[in-house]
Amino acid sequence: MSAKAIGEAVSGAPSETATPLKTQLRRAERLKKLKYGALIAPLALFLLLTFLWPIGALLMRSIENPEVPEALPQTLRALAGWDRQALPGEDAYAALVADLTENKGSRTLAVAAKRMNMEEPGFRSLFMNTARKLPLEPGVDAREGLLEIDSQWGELGTWQLIARNGRAYTDYFLLAAVDLYRDGAGNIVQADPSASIFVDIFVRTFWMSLIVTVWCVVLGYPVAYLLATQSSRVSNLLMIFVLLPFWTSILVRVAAWIVLLQQGGLINMGLISLGIIDQPLQLVFNRIGVYIAMVHILLPFMILPLYSVMKGISPTYLRAAVSLGCPPFKSYWKVYFPMTIPGLAAGGLLVFIISMGYYITPALLGSPKEQMASYFVAFYTNETTNWGMAAALSAVLLLATLILYFVYNRLVGSATSGARPR
Amino acid sequence: MKQKQSTMKLLALAAGMLTIGAAQADLTVISFGGTNQKAQVKAFYEPFTKETRIAIVQGEYNGEQAKIKAMVDARNVTWDVVEVESPELARGCEEGVYEKLDYSRIGNKKDFLDSAIRECGFGFFVWSTVLAYNADSLKVAPTSWSDFWDLKKFPGKRGMRKGAKFTLEFALMADGVKPAEVYKVLGTKAGVERAFKKLDQIKPHIQWWEAGAQPPQLLASGDVVMSSAYNGRIAAAQQEGRNLKIVWTGNIYDVEFFALPVGVTQRDAAYKFLATVGKADNQKVYSSEIPYGPTNLKAMAQIPAAVAAELPTAPANAKTAVASNTSFWVEHGEDLEQRFNAWAAR
Repeated sequence: MSAKAIGEAVSGAPSETATPLKTQLRRAERLKKLKYGALIAPLALFLLLTFLWPIGALLMRSIENPEVPEALPQTLRALAGWDRQALPGEDAYAALVADLTENKGSRTLAVAAKRMNMEEPGFRSLFMNTARKLPLEPGVDAREGLLEIDSQWGELGTWQLIARNGRAYTDYFLLAAVDLYRDGAGNIVQADPSASIFVDIFVRTFWMSLIVTVWCVVLGYPVAYLLATQSSRVSNLLMIFVLLPFWTSILVRVAAWIVLLQQGGLINMGLISLGIIDQPLQLVFNRIGVYIAMVHILLPFMILPLYSVMKGISPTYLRAAVSLGCPPFKSYWKVYFPMTIPGLAAGGLLVFIISMGYYITPALLGSPKEQMASYFVAFYTNETTNWGMAAALSAVLLLATLILYFVYNRLVGSATSGARPR
Repeated sequence: MKQKQSTMKLLALAAGMLTIGAAQADLTVISFGGTNQKAQVKAFYEPFTKETRIAIVQGEYNGEQAKIKAMVDARNVTWDVVEVESPELARGCEEGVYEKLDYSRIGNKKDFLDSAIRECGFGFFVWSTVLAYNADSLKVAPTSWSDFWDLKKFPGKRGMRKGAKFTLEFALMADGVKPAEVYKVLGTKAGVERAFKKLDQIKPHIQWWEAGAQPPQLLASGDVVMSSAYNGRIAAAQQEGRNLKIVWTGNIYDVEFFALPVGVTQRDAAYKFLATVGKADNQKVYSSEIPYGPTNLKAMAQIPAAVAAELPTAPANAKTAVASNTSFWVEHGEDLEQRFNAWAAR
């Protein structure tokens, strides 16, 4: 093959085709993209089905509100144009009697009654008892009949609550997850302080996660440095001490901490027999116990990213700094430390985000004052089967984590891009 | 540490359940575990298996309805017979989680306490939440819930159930509310305030418990000097030689039920099991294993006087007792539990 022929083959079809080079390039790019797309399609599909879709479905639960529309369709139709300022007209009463009579004893009504009882205790029995006493005797006026059964039917609030839940979607759960609710007129107001809990819980979740992260940095940094600077024989052995607990079940480690920390436990007994303390210290079922166990469990998540970054930092940088006359500590601070920031950032983020979702450790080692957001997600899922509330709390937690992640990325991401050693 | 074991057992069990689901011919019976379940094995499971040659797969849970609801919703019911407390039963019955029972397949309704016969649940024992104390650590015996609140006379920590139910009632009784009026007072806003204010007085001295097995352990280890507790668990600890005592004044009793989740696969076997549970002979064995009262009236008559005196159903014990108000807790449960959580987390 001549050089000319090769040149033509490489440059593609020569001048005789009309397609400009730009289009050809774009086509080739598109083909390449398609190939890549096909390669990652199975994984993307897998993620979509097992990760994004369930999370989406869960988040939907926090706004779904199908119960009342299903049980009281006629009533809601009669209430459609109602101004919510004064009691509704006769037709609404008649429609309610028809709805309740139709759904008497059904699951639909029980579920709707449960839903309304969440907002206003007492509504379950109002609905169930009223339905039990229906149908009205022929000739009895619907309004009078209902008022005869329960005077609550003559109260504006009762009807406002029904109307408020007339749509298939609600913001009730999401508002409740941040201690807010809608009053009779539909305005958003602060919940009573005695029942407000979740804002405090979220603040506590953040605060505890922050403390745990700080402790992991303080304790993990020197360990990672040691691991990275020792000979491989020593560092491999030390690494086993880091990894062995990492591979042990969390439950086992938490149980072990209870054994160690309790009133008659090893640590208290040891301190007493050494004469350091007279009375056993309260180390478990309080904040201290939760911190100790969480820091212990999460330390490897800090050490491992730090170690991998430190391992990549050549010792020559430090030597160069010192040989150029920089004092040891200053050279460490100015040269070595900035290069470890990517590891610190990755480790810190890992530890912080894992801590935010912590459930089992505070549940087992803490008192009610140490419970974090996940405890309440579990509470509403298991104990009261109020899945709307559980989903709303998860949604708020997820949102807060994402916001935090972006803020963090802004702050640390820009700092790390300049300090990357490679 | 022991107090958290039940949670771990539960997790182990959850893992176990996944593998158990496959066994078709067996009957899966879920109870609350511990000494109570041991008594059930002896009184009900063993006679049932002997009679019908159907093996029973045992499981335990802490009364969370989520799992059962999920099973029923997904139409994949692997639990056949479930032990349920009465508010959960009432709720589950209305919401279509538990099947309506056909009593002709269980026994003669007239043989049982009225309160044991429910549309979706068959009551098989009467239990009680009482004041229990460690007689080794307290020189003077407490006699009422007012004493439970008396930190000067009885210094030390107190154990209470972590939840509004069976906590608020006791607070009101300690505050001087008559047993008969407890739920009437608790039904008002002022009554709830009053109960929480009373709880505030001893809040720093409360060790909360969740599983029924915890109070006897906390009492025996000396972590608490007195505690609210299920009477059967205390009796079991007494038999193990612990010097624990029960104060019956102002106890709250309730009936415990067996129910079948909607869509149960072993329906015939489940009914046979309920019939076995209802038999007077078996209930007699149960009450002598753990001092919970039988619901079969004939069994009640056959129980020896010494055993009967330790049951919640004994006239002397029931004198100042409060019947747990199911409809009250169905109605106000969620609201008060939320309020309780807010209070406890502060």
